[in-house]
Formats: sequence, C-alpha cells, structure tokens
Amino acid sequence: MTDTLEAGAYNFAYLDEQTKRMIRRAILKGIAVPGYQVPFASREMPMPYGWGTGGVQVTAACLTPDDTLKVIDQGADDTTNAVSIRKFFQRTAAVAVTEATAEASIIQTRHRIPEAPLSEGQILVYQVPIPEPLRFLEPRETETRKMHELEEYGLMHVKLYEDIARHGHIATAYAYPVKVEGRYVMDPSPIPRFDNPKLAACPAIQLFGAGREQRIYALPPYTAVVSLDFDDHPFEASKAPHDCDLCGASDSYLDEVITDDAGGRMFVCSDTDYCRSRCEAGHMGRLGVPQQEAAE
Amino acid sequence: MTDTPLLSVRDLTKRYGARIGCADVSFDLYPGEVLGIVGESGSGKSTLLSCLAGHLRPDGGQLSYAGRNVLGMSETDRRRLSRTEWAFVHQNPRDGLRMGVSAGGNVGERLMAIGARHYGDIRDTAIDWLGRVEINADRIDDRPRAFSGGMQQRLQIARNLVTAPRLVFMDEPTGGLDVSVQARLLDLLRGLVRDLGLSVVIVTHDLAVVRLLADRLMVMKSGRVVEQGLTDQVLDDPQHAYTQLLVSSVLQV
Amino acid sequence: MYVAVKGGERAIDAAHAWLAEERRGDRTVAALSIDQIREQLALAVNRVMVEGSLYDPDLAALAIKQARGDLIEAIFLIRAYRTTLPRFGASNPVKTAEMAVVRRISATFKDLPGGQVLGPTFDYTHRLLDFALMAEGEAPIGLAEQGAAALGTLDPVPHVTEFLNRDGLIETEAPSDGTPPDLTREPMELPAARPLRLQALTRGDEGFVLSLAYSTQRGYGRTHAFVGELRIGSVAVEMEIPELGFAVEIGEIELTECESVNQFKGSKTEPPQFTRGYGLVFGQTERKAIAMSLVDRALRWKELGEDFTGAPAQDEEFVLMHADNVQATGFLEHIKLPHYVDFQSELELIRRLRSEAMAAITTTQEAAE
Repeated sequence: MTDTLEAGAYNFAYLDEQTKRMIRRAILKGIAVPGYQVPFASREMPMPYGWGTGGVQVTAACLTPDDTLKVIDQGADDTTNAVSIRKFFQRTAAVAVTEATAEASIIQTRHRIPEAPLSEGQILVYQVPIPEPLRFLEPRETETRKMHELEEYGLMHVKLYEDIARHGHIATAYAYPVKVEGRYVMDPSPIPRFDNPKLAACPAIQLFGAGREQRIYALPPYTAVVSLDFDDHPFEASKAPHDCDLCGASDSYLDEVITDDAGGRMFVCSDTDYCRSRCEAGHMGRLGVPQQEAAE
Repeated sequence: MTDTPLLSVRDLTKRYGARIGCADVSFDLYPGEVLGIVGESGSGKSTLLSCLAGHLRPDGGQLSYAGRNVLGMSETDRRRLSRTEWAFVHQNPRDGLRMGVSAGGNVGERLMAIGARHYGDIRDTAIDWLGRVEINADRIDDRPRAFSGGMQQRLQIARNLVTAPRLVFMDEPTGGLDVSVQARLLDLLRGLVRDLGLSVVIVTHDLAVVRLLADRLMVMKSGRVVEQGLTDQVLDDPQHAYTQLLVSSVLQV
Repeated sequence: MYVAVKGGERAIDAAHAWLAEERRGDRTVAALSIDQIREQLALAVNRVMVEGSLYDPDLAALAIKQARGDLIEAIFLIRAYRTTLPRFGASNPVKTAEMAVVRRISATFKDLPGGQVLGPTFDYTHRLLDFALMAEGEAPIGLAEQGAAALGTLDPVPHVTEFLNRDGLIETEAPSDGTPPDLTREPMELPAARPLRLQALTRGDEGFVLSLAYSTQRGYGRTHAFVGELRIGSVAVEMEIPELGFAVEIGEIELTECESVNQFKGSKTEPPQFTRGYGLVFGQTERKAIAMSLVDRALRWKELGEDFTGAPAQDEEFVLMHADNVQATGFLEHIKLPHYVDFQSELELIRRLRSEAMAAITTTQEAAE
C-alpha cells in the first residue's frame, strides 16, 4: 500500500509547507512556554492516530534535506513501527537515516530516551498518546486546562500521597509526571521513570507531539525538569536490578526476554544502538558473544 | 468583632426565568460571626448560599469579601480564594469528599494544593485533624465509603478546616443525620467555630441548629428576607407572621 | 542463544503482500470493479463520503475496495487523501430548500404542500432474504421508472418547518454570514459553537451518533423529537469566483437533510415554542441524518436554558471528543504496538511491592510465633 507513494507526488516530508509553518509556530510557542500544551490543527496522516502521528508531524515540520534521522520505538531501531516511520521519511523526504544516536540530528522516539547523552543541535521528538498529565484524575479537557491555568496541582499530589499510603512507594512506573521550570506539570510521554532524570538540563531540544489530541509541547535546551515527589519520599529512577546479558552494562534500561518455557529469562539493553556499540567496544555480558566470533 | 464586615452583600438577586431564586438580599457578616439563614425548602436560602460561594452567578447586586469585589473577580482569583480563605461544607458529604481517596488524602488535599510537600508532615496534620473531629487515627487510610454518615460529615469538616479558612459556608450540615448524631456534630461544630474564630454562613431549615450556632438570623420566604436580627431575639419574639409560624410549628413538635 | 529480533522491514513487506492477496480472494471469482461498488453498494459509499468528509463516489468506492469492505479503514483512507488536497476556496451555502428531492417525508403533518414522497427506502420492505438476488436475478424496473418519472416534474418543495415558523411556533434560525470553523484545519476548542458541533457530528461515527440519539429517546437527555422533515435529493454547489464577480455552479451533490421538531417549554426570554435539531450528510444516509438531528438538539441544552441532566448526549465534551472513529480506531488499536518498556517498568514495580509485602507478612508471622 505504501509502495504506491510515488516520489514527487507529495511535498518534502509529506506535509505541505503551510501545514509545516502552522506546526512550527506551535513548536516555537511551546519552546517559549516550556511544558505548556499548545493546541495545533493536527492533520490526518497516512498512519493511524495513536501510532505516532503527532511525532511524525513534528518531525516533518523540523526536517531539512541535510538532516540525519533516527527512529526508535521501545529504544530499538528495528521494531516494526520504528521501521515503518523511518521508511515513511526515507520515501517522502529522502533524508539520511542512522541507528547511531550521536550521528542523528533528529531522533523520533516512542517510550524511551536514548542512553547515550544527547548534544546541542540535536532534536528529540517524542510520540505522545495522552499529553494531559491530569487526564486520569480529571477527564474533562475544559477543567484540566483551567487547572493548569490556575496551577491547581493539589490533586496530582493527592495521587502520589495515596500511592505512598497504600504501597509505601509512589506506584507510577512510567509517564511519571514532572514540573517544568517551576510552572507547568507535564507528562513526559510513557517513558519509564528511569529516563526522567535525562529530561532535565538536556542540551538537545525536546519536542512532544500528540496527534490525536492535537497538542504540541516542548522543553528547550537546559530546562529545569523536576519529577514530582515528597521531600521525605524523593523521586527514584529505578530499573531491573540486573546487568545487560549481552553487553554487561549496569547503567542502561533493560528489556526482560523470556528465553524458554521453563522460566528462563535474560535481560538486555532496550537501547539497541547503545548495546551494539558497547559490544563492538569489547564489553561483554553474561550471555554475550565475543565480537570476532559473532562476525564469523 | 471589628467594625469592618468580612462579607458584605447588597441587593443580591438571582432569577430562574420568571421565578425568583432570591431577591434583594442585603446583609453584613463580621469576623467571627455566625449567620444563620432559615426558611422552608424553596425559600431561596440554598440559592443564596450558592451565589455567595460563587457556585452560581447572581443576576444583580453586589458582593464584597474583605473589601474586594467578588463578582468582579477573575475566576483565577475566585478559585484561589475558595481553596484558601473560604470553605464549603455540603449537606451531602459525598459532594464535598473524594470518595475514592483515603481519609488522609481527603484532609491533605488542601494542604498539598497550597504547596505542602512533606508526606510525614501532611500525615501528621491529617491525624491531628481526624482527632479534632473525633475520628480514630487508625482510620486514616480507609476510604470515606467505609464511614458512617456522621463520620463522613466530620471528615468533610476536617478537610475544609485544615487550611484555617476565615469564612465557611455550610449547607444543612446536619441534614440527613440521626438526631443523636446531629447533636454530637453540632457540639463539635460549635467548639471548632469558637476555637478557630470562624466566620460562618449556615443555611438550615432546623431552628435548633441556629439556636445553638448562630449569632444572628435571617428568615427567608419566597426568595426574600422577611426578618433578621439577633438569633434569640428573632426566635423568642418573632415579628413577621411567617417567622411566628415557623417558630410555633417547631415548638409544637 | 538469544538473538534480538531483527527483520521488521521484511516482515512488514511480507504482510503487505499477503494482505493484497487476501484482498483479491479467490481468483476464479471476478474482481469487483470500482463502478460496481459505486453503483451497487451506494450506501456504503455514502457513509465513507460522509465520515471521510469528501464528496467523491469513485474514490470512496476505491477506498472500500482497498479496505476489503472495512468502512472505517476506508474512511481513514479518504481522510488521509483529503488532508493533502489544496484548498481553492469555499462554496456558497447549499440551498436545501431548492433541493430536487427523491424522498421527502414528514412525521408531523399528514399532508402538506409538495406532498409526502416515499422514494427509494427500505422502510416498508419486509426483511426477507431475496434469494433471487443470489441467483443474480434483476428486479423488474418498470415501477421504479414510473416513480422517477413522476418526480422529474416536481418543483422545489418548501421546508416543513417553515410552515410552523410562519406562526411563530418554532424557533427562527438567524442567518449568519460568519465563516464556519473548520474542524480539519483548526484544533477543536471547547466549548464549541453549534456549527462546529454539527460538523463534528456529520464526520462522527454513524454507530456512535446512532447510539447517543437512541439514548436520548430512552430518557438520557430526552428531547421529545419528531421528524419534522427528512429530505433526500440533489442540490447545486455554487462558488463565487472573484475574477468573475458572481457565483457559478460547479457541480451537484446528493444530500440527506433532517430537521427534527422538539418540545420546548420556554425560557427566560422565550415563550414556549418548538425547537429544532438538525442533521445534514452526503448521499442517502438517513439513519445518520436523523440521529445527528437528535444529538444536535440534546447538545443545545445550554443555549435553550434547559437543565443538564448528566446524560451522555448532552455532554458536549464527551460527544465531540469521542465521535471520530478514525481517532478512536487508531488509539484503540495502538495498544497492539509494543509496550514492553512500560510493561517492564510495571513488572519491576510489582515485583518490588510484592517482595516488600511478602517480607512484611513473614515478619508478622515470625513475631506471632
């Protein structure tokens, strides 16, 4: 079906220039007011809502022919939806693509922040399903917008209070809410809370696109981002207490892989580029294979 | 009591189509004063309370709080006021509580809304307030669903008073409770009002409630104030025929 | 030995090839032509045009064929195509009063100027499978030709609600020169004015709008609706051409319009009179048009000074935010995408909470012994 998308039939990066200008205006507004959700007239994209249409529109509005694009889903470059989105931009924008985090000028991601530190000049684009951090406490958009306007965030802490009262911990594992520059409470998209510290003071521009919900928000470089917590129950970035079984990394977020039906399992880096580059550098985990051998 | 009223109401009017909700209501409420509003159902007392508390927008009149024009306020300012200096106790505790949140969370919400960020302190304050409304500390993690009606109402009161508001609106706070439970709640309220020096506007159809709590009384009928004065004076020597009827009908019971 | 799953790209290509094969089905059966779909599955084509917001029967038929008959998928295809089209301008409002009707009924008057015209309707068919169709038989055409011929001479018929309006018994719709908002070009902002609500309802999922309308009839936001008039027919589309300085006809489209007439008790400023609910959709799509008019009316409670009873059909935010089936389908189905990072973080949390809970139980038991 996508094979019929002929070169030349669509504008560079699919969207027409007027739409891109509209999206860029929303992005600039988002950058000017960090953490504020800017409404934008999301277009119907040739992929379903909920599958990254917000991220794709933001990426399309940022792409130039000189860019190098990386697309990841769950930290991996080779998951089906990442492949599909990368292919979309190769076809409609003919930009260079890469799997190496450091080589990319734009990285579109779903659910992860790469392990390798980002640098100035890079743009990280998040796909966002539900941009409203208060949505599951208050379903009405008219009401949540008012709560942001008035900084009525008490309810958010009530939720965290209840978690601690019941479980002894804050029981939010992903999409952990943050406060941006002491003003807006923001949903960082469903990244694991392990990734939350990487949001803060990041040299790269971070852009968040929610297509179905028609919202764009942003974190300019070096923005103060604080995960919500209590003074006596501070935020904790956590991960599985293991090292990567392939590259031996102890500092990366891990996927758990079931290896047989007898309870066998292994843990591997969710960031495939990070894992591969460590393996290539000679690091080896419990079940890793020396590089030379692997090459044979 | 000082000379400046805390709440000043002039000619407040609210209509529902051709029908009058309340009309031309004027009064002053001074700091530390408890004003009772009585009348049968449909007399406009609940409409009036809703207008005062900002839940309903009146069609006419003026309303000022501590010298500030409430009706001219932005919603931002009005909502800030209602979560800091004001409080509202609903007749049905379900309207004033978060039924899915624990007792501790219910009491702590207003604290967290104004910036409290220490879990242990919030919890200690909640335990203290549960004690003040005679709820055992070991119920702190239970949800209000598990509470009796009287306990729910006391929890709602604790949740409202925890941030030390200056002005409290109460809508039939003892309605729907058993007589013995009512008496205990009234006793508790009287103590809290006196200890905290609260200014209160309380709406009720129960003259026993106002006799116990209210310094002054306003009697409403068909949306209008027919008589007002000191509570004892109005109840012991009613001037208006309707007040006489109201008082005598209670005495006959 | 574990090897990370690779080859997503190959899998995707293979899936597309397989899909194409399944779409074609048994090759000994003749392939459907776009013409056949357009002519013989016209009601499906209509629905795709309505919810796809694009009047193009050929493309709608193509979308249905490509989507293997999945109408929501077909609507999605049309929407994704439509969004890339350049805008040349807006047409003048179509004049439904001048519609060349093929069907026009009113439930509120037994007879009326212009008459009741039954038209091509399922209404009084007996729902018995017609095995003659399976045998590829053709229905006799004589009667249908008579019907069409009789209609051919009809003059435009006036709107039924205008009869009521003459006596002031029904609210007057004030004409407006305002440019209606465009849901496909601006983000939805709430509260929405009626033009935006109507647009969202027209584009909204037929099943969703139908169920909401049904719920109002069963008492969830009751509006006591009658079909004042349902009319189906063709109208001319005209456009002002700036260079010419006057409007020219650029085409003709088929529409279904429904005006419901509803009880109204009066308000602060208005004496009791009837009020209107409105539905307008492409093609013959009358279930949708009627349902839309009921939901439109239910959503108008605020401007008419009625009570909000908490009924879903009265709740503008609920209705408008959940009516779009392309949005709904995408978000519903996205839970098929990998979520193992989120799931992993939940797993880790549950394991930690469980181990602490188990430890607490053990300690209590030891203390008790």
